[in-house]
Amino acid sequence: MSLAKEVLQGNIKATARLIRDVEDELPSAIEELKALYPHTGRSYIIGITGSPGSGKSTLIDMLIDAFRKRGKTIGVIAIDPSSPFSGGAILGDRIRMQRHATDGGVFIRSLATRGWRGGLSRATANVINIMDAMGKDVILIETVGAGQAEVDIINFTHTSMVILVPGMGDWVQTLKAGILEIADILVINKADKKGADELKAELEAMLQMSAYSPQAWKPKIFLTEAVNNKGIDELVEGIYQHKEFLISTGGHDTHLKERARLELIEVLKSSLMDHVFQIVNKNNYLEKLIDDLVNKRTDPYSAASDIIKKLAQEGKL
Amino acid sequence: MSSERKIRILVAKPGLDGHDRGVKIVARAYRDAGFEVIYTGLHQTPEQIVNAALQEDVDLIGLSCLSGAHMYLLPRVVELLKENKAEDIIVIVGGIIPKEDIPKLKKMGIKEIFLPGSSLSEIINWTRANMKPRHA
Repeated sequence: MSLAKEVLQGNIKATARLIRDVEDELPSAIEELKALYPHTGRSYIIGITGSPGSGKSTLIDMLIDAFRKRGKTIGVIAIDPSSPFSGGAILGDRIRMQRHATDGGVFIRSLATRGWRGGLSRATANVINIMDAMGKDVILIETVGAGQAEVDIINFTHTSMVILVPGMGDWVQTLKAGILEIADILVINKADKKGADELKAELEAMLQMSAYSPQAWKPKIFLTEAVNNKGIDELVEGIYQHKEFLISTGGHDTHLKERARLELIEVLKSSLMDHVFQIVNKNNYLEKLIDDLVNKRTDPYSAASDIIKKLAQEGKL
Repeated sequence: MSSERKIRILVAKPGLDGHDRGVKIVARAYRDAGFEVIYTGLHQTPEQIVNAALQEDVDLIGLSCLSGAHMYLLPRVVELLKENKAEDIIVIVGGIIPKEDIPKLKKMGIKEIFLPGSSLSEIINWTRANMKPRHA
């Protein structure tokens, strides 16, 4: 229990170590997470997603500044992809935020995706909970936003922001398909570049075509030049407006419920599968089934059904 | 569930030296060798480097030093690690270090020094042979 106690006191080394234990999936970490869970649910979580080169890290650097000026403590989770070949990763998001490295009120942690099969949400959820329990007022999560896992992370956030840059036509098309529609705030960064106004108009048109009920939050668009510290205060005001909206419409409570539901299901899925694999890997049971599949003696649905029957029969479930 | 812990390395450029091609090449080599590398960029103070190392729970700090300020910057990093009770984080250095300073630096706690001409495989092999995760 000792790591958890130290995390609750805001101890940096203990927090860093627990995050690492959680990443490496140590069983001992689970006990610590259990101890911390009652202390979660207080941080305000902001997800920031956008293509490489959109200026996310610089924008986050500015947001840290702005929130610190308002007296808030910050946790930052910067997610970068692991190499599918070597399993290694270069985690470089910190570069743009390093001026905050000596600020005791800011905790920045870089995470590699490690090829998690959708478990990215689970690892990130755990790190969010740890920073939450540590007492951080605001947690900023930076992801590339290219896949389903990132969409899942958005479900853990109160406010989700998508960062766009003028002149990225194709990207906007991709985003329309998913993340763009979930975003609460759209930021056009590098707004001094040509095409900023056109992009804003395009986004406004897209938003108008979407059906929003009168009580729902209509995504707001902000123009920023993070590098020049322009538009940041307006953006922060927009985040506060969204927060107020959530609180006044009960969205805050809905968030907590959805987050709890997601977390439970993620952990359940993973625990169940670990359990199942432990059993089906005995006596080559699984391999024999796979052989049957290849030789068309059975099909995936029947095979899965057999596994479930086996688990139930042997009283293992 | 993997029982193998990933080794995390922080590479940094302390001081005013603005030449980062070398450190970036090493970072990439480390990534290709399967390590997780946090690169903190140029012009880092020892305080920034150590704080980042603590937050990221790294096993190894690799400092790139080409500017000649090594006798202040490098021992300062080791000192700050001690102050934060994190002496188990190993510190190595790559760059231009006069031969006569090498024993002094090693005595102060720098584990290994890679001079110009060191190959990437030398650095990777040393790391593989000498590094294990800080916590069991």
